[in-house]
Amino acid sequence: MSTADGMSTVDRSKYEIAHLKLVPKRHIGRTISAAVVIVLLLALVRAFSVGQIEWSYVSQFLFAPVILEGLVNTLIMTVAAMVIGIVLGVVIAIMRISGNPVLSWIAIGYVWIFRGAPALLQLMLWFNLALIFPTLGIPGLFEFRTVDIMTPFVAAMLGLGISQGAYTSEVVRSGLLSVDAGQYEAARTIGMTQRKMLRRIVLPQAMRVMVPPIGNEVIGMVKLTSLASVIQYSEILHNAQVIYYANTRVLELLLVASFWYLVVVSILSVGQQRIERYFARGSKSIQASM
Amino acid sequence: MDILVKAIDVSKNFGPFKALDQVSMEVARGEVACIIGPSGSGKSTFLRCINLLERMDGGAIWVNDALMGYRRDGNNLHELSDAEISRQRRRIGMVFQRFNLFPHKTALENIMEGPVQVLGEPADQAREHALSLLARVGLADKANHYPVELSGGQQQRVAIARAMGMRPDLILFDEPTSALDPELVSEVLDVMKDLAASGMTMIVVTHELGFARNVANTVTFMEAGKVVETGPASEVLSAPKSPRTAEFIRAVHS
Ligand SMILES: Nc1ncnc2c1ncn2[C@@H]1O[C@H](COP(=O)(O)OP(=O)(O)OP(=O)(O)O)[C@@H](O)[C@H]1O
Ligand SMILES: [Mg+2]
Repeated sequence: MSTADGMSTVDRSKYEIAHLKLVPKRHIGRTISAAVVIVLLLALVRAFSVGQIEWSYVSQFLFAPVILEGLVNTLIMTVAAMVIGIVLGVVIAIMRISGNPVLSWIAIGYVWIFRGAPALLQLMLWFNLALIFPTLGIPGLFEFRTVDIMTPFVAAMLGLGISQGAYTSEVVRSGLLSVDAGQYEAARTIGMTQRKMLRRIVLPQAMRVMVPPIGNEVIGMVKLTSLASVIQYSEILHNAQVIYYANTRVLELLLVASFWYLVVVSILSVGQQRIERYFARGSKSIQASM
Repeated sequence: MDILVKAIDVSKNFGPFKALDQVSMEVARGEVACIIGPSGSGKSTFLRCINLLERMDGGAIWVNDALMGYRRDGNNLHELSDAEISRQRRRIGMVFQRFNLFPHKTALENIMEGPVQVLGEPADQAREHALSLLARVGLADKANHYPVELSGGQQQRVAIARAMGMRPDLILFDEPTSALDPELVSEVLDVMKDLAASGMTMIVVTHELGFARNVANTVTFMEAGKVVETGPASEVLSAPKSPRTAEFIRAVHS
C-alpha cells in the first residue's frame, strides 16, 4: 500500500505511456483469407481465358438488337409482375388483418395456394388456361377465346404477379404489424377512416420495414422472369437461347445474358438505398456497430 | 347547466373481467373533469369508450347530444358504420400518455394532417391555424422539426396542439404527464391550464393532484371499474367522503 503522496512520486512512471511506440493489432486471418481469395480468382480468370470461350462472340452479341430487345422485355415483365404482386400483396395483407373473418380466410387461402405451387408450374397453368376455360367473358355480353387473350406475356405476368402477391403480402403484413398500436389510435382519434389511416399514417411507416425485403423481391423477380422463356415469352434468356440454337455458342450467350442481369440488379440495388433513405425520414438511423 | 358529456351505466368486460362496472358521469360544457384512481381501475378504458376506441358492453354515452356509436331510429338502435364513427370522433380530441405523434411528419404536418385530410380545410388556412397553435403552446420555432428531434414535453405540447387543430368540443387526456421527466411536467400542465382557461371542455386522467385542485371543476375517484366518489374538486380532494378516496389521496401525496 502506498499513500497518495508516495504514489505520485514513486509509481508515476509506470503510468506514463505517451512516449511508447504503438504497434497496431495484426489481422493475420484477414491477410491469409485475402491471399486465398486472390489465388482462387486468378485461377478462375485463367480457366475462363484458356477455356472454350470465344470472347469475340461475347462482345459481338452484347449489344445485339435481339439481346437488347430481350432485355427490355425482361424489364417490362419485372415491372408488370411486381406491380401486380405489390398491389395484391397490400390488398391481401389488409384483408388478413381486417378483423373480418371472411376476408381474413380468403387471404390465408390465397397465400396457402399460391405459395404452395412452383412459379414455373403456375405460369404453365395460366398459359394452358384454355383447356379449362375455352372462352372468357360474360356470356351474352362479350366473349373471347382464351387462347387469344392468354399470350405468353399475359400468362407470364399473371403467373409471376399472382404468386409474387402471396410472398409480398407477408412482407406487407409484417410491415403493418411493425407500426405501433398508438399510431392507429392517434389516427382514429383525429377522425380518419380505416382507409385513410392506412394510406396516410400506417403504410408510410410500414414502408421503412417493407422496403428492404421488397427490394429483395424485385431483384428476385428480375431473374424469375427468365421462367417465362419456357412459354416462349421473348425475354433476354429466351432470346439468347434463340441465338445459340442457331450458332451453338452456348456459353458466350449465357455470359451475355448474365452480364445484363448483373447490370440491372446493380442499378436496382442503388435505387433501393435511395428509397430506404426517403422512408427513414423522421426516424433515428440504426447502424449496427461491431 | 349545459351538459356536454353524459355517460350512463357504462360497462366493459375483457373476458370475464369487469374493467368498467356501470360507470356514470356528467361533464358540463367548458368544465374540466379530472379522473383519479389506482392503476387498473378502468380510467383509460372509460376515456377510450367515450371516443369509441373501445366498444362498450353496456350503457350509453352522449357527447353534445349525439349518442356515441349508434343512431336512433324510432324504437331501433342502429350501429354506426366505420365512416359515421369517424365523423363522431372528429369532435373529440385525445392526448395520450405516450404522445403518439406521427413520426414521419413534422410538428406542423402533425397538426395539419387532421384538418386537411379529415375536415377538408384548404392547406394554407390549416397551416396558418397550425402555426398559431404552435405559437400558443410555445413551439413556434419547432414547426419543421420531426418528433424525434423534440423533447418529451415538446412532443406532448405538439400533441395537444394537434388535438386543438380539429377544433373539438371536448379533449380527453390520458395521463398526459406520466411519461415525462419531472422537470418537463409543468410546461405541459401550463399549456393545459391555458386551454382550460380558454373554455375548452376537458376530461383529464391524472395523478397530478395539484393540477386537479387548481384547475378541475369536478374530480371523480374510480376504483376497480366503479366510480367511488365524485364531486367538486375542492370537496373530493380536501374532504373526501369515502375512506378509500382519502387513503388514495394520502398515498399519492406521500
Ligand atoms: N385490451 C385489454 N384486454 C384485457 N384486459 C384489459 C385490456 N385493457 C385493459 N384491461 C384491463 O382492464 C383494467 C383497467 O385498465 P385501464 O387501462 O383502464 O386502467 P387504468 O385505470 O387506466 O390504469 P393505469 O393508471 O395503470 O393507466 C386493467 O385491469 C387492465 O388489465
Ligand atoms: Mg391508464
